[in-house]
Amino acid sequence: MFEIVRKEWLHEVIFLIEVKAPAIARKIKAGNFLVFRAKEGGERIPITVAEYDRKKGTVTCIIQVVGKSTKLLSTFEKGDYIQDVVGPLGKPTEIKKYGLVGIVSGGLGIPLANLVAKELRNAGNEVIGMVGARTKELLVWEEEMSKYCTEMDYCTDDGSFGMKGFTTNLLEKKIKELEKEGKKFDMIFTVGPTIMMKFIAGITKKYGIHTIASLNPIMVDGTGMCGACRVTVGGEIKFACVDGPEFDAHQVDFDELLMRLGQYKKYEKVSYDLYLKECCGGKQK
Amino acid sequence: MTEEKKERKPQKRSDKSPKKTPMREQPPEERIKNFLEVPFGYTEKEALLEAERCLHCRRPFCVEGCPVEINIPAFISAILDKDYRRGINIIKETNVLPAICGRVCPQENQCEKACVMGRKDGWDPVGIGRLERFLADWEYANGRETPKIAEPTGKKVAVIGSGPAGLVAAADLARYGHKVTLFESLHKGGGVLVYGIPEFRLPKSIVAKELETLEHMGVEIKYDTVIGLTYTIDELFEMGYEAIFIGTGAGLPRYLGIPGENLKGVYFANEFLTRANLMEAYKFPEKADTPINVGKKVITIGAGNVAMDCARTALRLGAEKSMIVYRRSLAEAPAREEEIHHAEEEGVEFHLLTTPLAIMGDKDNNVIGLECQECELGEPDESGRCRPIPIEDACFDLECDTLIIAIGQRPNPLVPRNTPNLKTHRWGGIIVNEETLETSIPGVFAGGDIVSGAATVILAMGAGRKAAKSMHEYLMNKDKKA
Repeated sequence: MFEIVRKEWLHEVIFLIEVKAPAIARKIKAGNFLVFRAKEGGERIPITVAEYDRKKGTVTCIIQVVGKSTKLLSTFEKGDYIQDVVGPLGKPTEIKKYGLVGIVSGGLGIPLANLVAKELRNAGNEVIGMVGARTKELLVWEEEMSKYCTEMDYCTDDGSFGMKGFTTNLLEKKIKELEKEGKKFDMIFTVGPTIMMKFIAGITKKYGIHTIASLNPIMVDGTGMCGACRVTVGGEIKFACVDGPEFDAHQVDFDELLMRLGQYKKYEKVSYDLYLKECCGGKQK
Repeated sequence: MTEEKKERKPQKRSDKSPKKTPMREQPPEERIKNFLEVPFGYTEKEALLEAERCLHCRRPFCVEGCPVEINIPAFISAILDKDYRRGINIIKETNVLPAICGRVCPQENQCEKACVMGRKDGWDPVGIGRLERFLADWEYANGRETPKIAEPTGKKVAVIGSGPAGLVAAADLARYGHKVTLFESLHKGGGVLVYGIPEFRLPKSIVAKELETLEHMGVEIKYDTVIGLTYTIDELFEMGYEAIFIGTGAGLPRYLGIPGENLKGVYFANEFLTRANLMEAYKFPEKADTPINVGKKVITIGAGNVAMDCARTALRLGAEKSMIVYRRSLAEAPAREEEIHHAEEEGVEFHLLTTPLAIMGDKDNNVIGLECQECELGEPDESGRCRPIPIEDACFDLECDTLIIAIGQRPNPLVPRNTPNLKTHRWGGIIVNEETLETSIPGVFAGGDIVSGAATVILAMGAGRKAAKSMHEYLMNKDKKA
C-alpha cells in the first residue's frame, strides 16, 4: 500500500498526486515509468513521473482522467492508499552531453518531459522546450519545465496561449530559425500523444535530426512478461516495458502503435460507463 | 511404530483391478461455462480403492520416476491405514507443495510412467497423482501443520520470484532457520501458478494458502518489487542479504516471426492468460477492470499445456469455436495427455500437421484468419520429435477473430540485464554450477525456468530445493571460514 501525501487538481480532468514510495524514489530517473493498480480488481496501468523527491521518498505523477482506472484514482485524496505502485520500470533516458537539445511535448507528455529537461540540462546541454496543448488550461507543469529550459516556446490548437497551431509547427519554425543562425539541434526528445510523436518524427527525419520518442503502448505487467506493449522498431518486435519505452523515433512503426492503442476502446467505454453509473450517477465529474 | 512396519509386502497383480479408479469431474458442457476446477478429486472411498491397487513392488520404480523422489509406496500404505496425516507428512518430506503437484505434475511421464501396474497392455498405472492430491486436500480440510523450523541462524537470505522454484526455496530456507524475504514483482504471489495456470486447473486459493503458510514460517513477502530495477542484486547484498536465489522464470514470450503478429486480436499466450487469470478478466466489467478480447472463433497456435490452457480459457470466455493449430501430430505434442483429453472433451478442434504461414487482417487491422499449410512428418530433429515437412501446394485458410500464439517462453531478462557479472547463455538462461546451482556471482544461486528454459512446475520445485540446500551449506561454511 502506498500513501498519497499530496493531491491537487490542475484542471477539470487533470490531477496531481504525490505518493510515498521510498524504494522507487531512491533511484528513479527521467524516462522511467511506474505501474499503478488503484485497488483490488483494478487494472495495472503505466504512469509517467513528473517529479521525485529522494529525501522525502516520494514520486509525483500527473494524471488525466480518461477512463475508469484514472477516474478511480482521481477520487483518492491525501491520506488514502494506492494498492500497488511498481517501479522504476523501463530504461531511463540516455542522459549525456548532446549539445543543443529540443524537447517537444504535448499534453500530458509535458510533466514527463520536465524530468528529461532537468537531467539533460544538468548534463550540460542547452535545452529548448517546445510544448503544446489543445487549449491554455490543458497546458500543465510547463512552468516547472521552463525552469530547466534555456528557451521555452508554447502553442495551443486554439491560440489561447502562445502560437496558434501544433508542436510540429513550433518545431519546424524553430529549426528554420536555428538554420538562419547556422545552428542545428543535436537531438530531439519527444513525448506526448502518439500521433504528435509520429509527425514530429517525420519532420526531424526530413532534417536529419536524431530523435528519441517515449512511447505509451498498452501494458499489463510492465516487466516483459506479457508482450502487450510490443512495438515494431526497425522492423523488429520490441517490448516497450523492458526494451524501452524510449526508442529511435525514426525506426518506430507509429501507425502500428496507433492501431494497437485503439484495441480496447469499446471495453474501456463499457467499464467507464458502468463505473460512472454506479458511483457518480452517470455524470463525468 | 516405525514406518517400515507399516509398509506392505509385494502383492500379486491378479488380485487387482486393471483400471484406475475414475475421478469424477464437471461434465464438459457445464464446465465450459465456468472457471471452477474440472476434476473433483477422490473421496475417501475412492482413494482407498485406488490405493488398494498398489503392488508394493520390492523395487519401487515409481520413486525413481519422481523428480523429487517422493516415497510413494509409503504414502500409499498410510492411505490404506487411513493415517492421512502420516501420508501427507511423508510427501512433504520431499515435496512441500503436494496440492499443486497432485494437480499439475505430468505424472504420466514420471511416477505413473514407471509404475509396474501400467506396463501390461490394457492396465493402468496406479493413480499416484490423484492420491497425492487426495492427501493434500485432506490436509487443507483437516488443518495444516506449519512445518517445523530450525533454530534461527541469524542469516538473511533473499528469494527472487514466488513461482514454483521460489516458493520451495523460500520454504526450505526458512526451515533451515534463515530469515527469508521473498520478492515478487507482481501484486500477487505464485508466479506462473497464478498468472499462467487457469483457475479451472489449479484453484488460486491453493496458491494463496501456500503463501500464507510461508508467512507463518516467518517468510516476509514483498510484492510490487522488481529485482533488477527496484533493487539490484548488489543492493540486496548491501541490504544485508547473505545469499540470494533467483527464480524469475520464463516470463518473456516467444513469437513466430510470421506476418501479422501485431494485428488487433492477436495475443501472446502470456498476455491472454495474464489478463484472464491474474487480472481476472472473466469478471469484467463488474468485478474486474481488465478487459480481454475474445471473439467467436479463436485459434491457438501450439500444443503445449499453455496452448491447451488458452484454448480452454477461450471457450469459457465465450468463444463458439476454439481451435488448436499444431505443425506436428498429437504424439509429439508437449501437453499432458490429460490436458489434451480435457480440451477434446470440451470441443476444442485440433488442426494437426498444420503449419502457420501468415496471420491475415482486414482493412482495419483486425485479425480475420490464419494462412496455413499442411505438413507430413519426417525424420526426428534435435528435439527427438519428428520434423514437420510442409506439403507443396497444400495451403488453406482458417477463419478466426482472435489468435493466440502459445509456442513457448524465454527467460525473463530483467535480472540478467541489470546484473553485470551474472553469466548467461546466449538464449538468456542463467549459467549455474549444476551441482550447487550457484551462478557466476558467489552467494547468488538460480533455478527453475530462468536456468533450464521453460520446463515443468515440479522441475522448478526440485531446483528450488536443491538450491536451498546449497545455499544453506554456503551460509554455514561462510561462517566457519570467517
